[in-house]
Amino acid sequence: MTANSRVGIVIVSHSAEVARGTVDMVRQMVGHEVPVAASGGNPAGGLGTDVASIIAAIKKVWSPKGVAILVDLGGAETNSEMAIEMLPEAWRGKVVICNAPIVEGAVMAATEAAGGGTLEQVRATAEELAPS
Amino acid sequence: MKLDNETKDRLIAAMAETIASHSGELTDLDRAIGDGDHGSNMKRGFDAVLADRANLSAKPLPDMLKALGTHLVMTIGGASGPLYGTLFMALGKEIPAEPSLADASRAFAAAVNAVKARGKATTGEKTMLEVLQPVADVLQAGASNPAGLGERVKAAADAGLEATKPMKASKGRASFLGERSIGHLDPGARSSQLLTHAVIGVLAAQPALEGARSS
Repeated sequence: MTANSRVGIVIVSHSAEVARGTVDMVRQMVGHEVPVAASGGNPAGGLGTDVASIIAAIKKVWSPKGVAILVDLGGAETNSEMAIEMLPEAWRGKVVICNAPIVEGAVMAATEAAGGGTLEQVRATAEELAPS
Repeated sequence: MKLDNETKDRLIAAMAETIASHSGELTDLDRAIGDGDHGSNMKRGFDAVLADRANLSAKPLPDMLKALGTHLVMTIGGASGPLYGTLFMALGKEIPAEPSLADASRAFAAAVNAVKARGKATTGEKTMLEVLQPVADVLQAGASNPAGLGERVKAAADAGLEATKPMKASKGRASFLGERSIGHLDPGARSSQLLTHAVIGVLAAQPALEGARSS
C-alpha cells in the first residue's frame, strides 16, 4: 500500500513548534507510512494560524481517501473551516476536522490511517479521546 | 447609490486608519480576556487591505468587498480573520453593485448571519455580534425611515459595545475565563464598533446617500 492510499493528517496549532513537535510524535509511531503535514503560526510568524498555510498543508498530504485535521484552540478550528471552504469543490467533502485533543488525537488518527482506515474511521478513532 | 472609486478608497482608508490608531487599545482589551493579539492581527489585516487600496477601490462594490474579505482571511491569522473575512465576503456576495438602502440593509443582515454561522455564535455571548447585530437591526428598521440613520447606527454600535462589559463570555478564548471575563469590554465588539463609526463617517459625507435614501 502506498502512502497515497492512506488518509492524510494535518496538524494545525497556534504554535509552529507545537505543530512540528506533534508531527515528530506521529512519525515516531507510524514513520512515513502516512502523509502528515504541520501548519503552525500566523502569517507574520508569530503565534496564531494561517489559512494559506493550512491550505498548503492539506494539498501536501492530499490523498483520495481524504484528510483529517487536528486543531488546538478556537482560531485554529475556524481558520481550518475557512481553508476547507477555499479548497477545490471536489476535495471539500473529503477533508474533516476532528474534535479531539491535538497531540493524542493526531497519534491515534495516524495509527488508524496507517492501518488503512477510512476517513470516517480515522476521525472516529481520534474522537474517542474527546472529553464527553 | 453608486459609490465612486474615490468614496470606496476613502472607506478603505478610514477603516484601516481607525484600526491602526486603536491597535494598542484592541490588544490591551484582548490581553485582559483573550490572547492579546487582536490589535496586531487586525492591523496586519487592514494594512494588507490598505496596501491594495488602488486595486480594491477600482473594483465594483461587490468584488471589492469580496477581495477585501479575502485579504483579511489570508493575513489576520487569528479567529478574527475568518470572522471579519466572512462578514465582508458575504456582504460582497449579497450586495448589488449599486445598492439601495434596502439592498444594503438586507445584505448586511445576511453577512451578520454568515458571521454567526462561521463562529457558531449568537448574541449574548460577548462577541463582535453584540455590535453587528444591533447595527443590522437598526439598518433594517431604517430602510423605511432614513433620516438620521447614520447617527442611530453609531448609537446602536456604541450601546452594543457597552453591553459587552457586564457579560460573561461563552465563546472564544475569553470563555476560558468564565466569570472573570465579566467587567471587560469585548475586543471584537470594540473593533466592530470602530469599523462601524469609520464607515458611517465616510458615507454620511456622501451626497449620493441622500439619493439612495429617497430611492
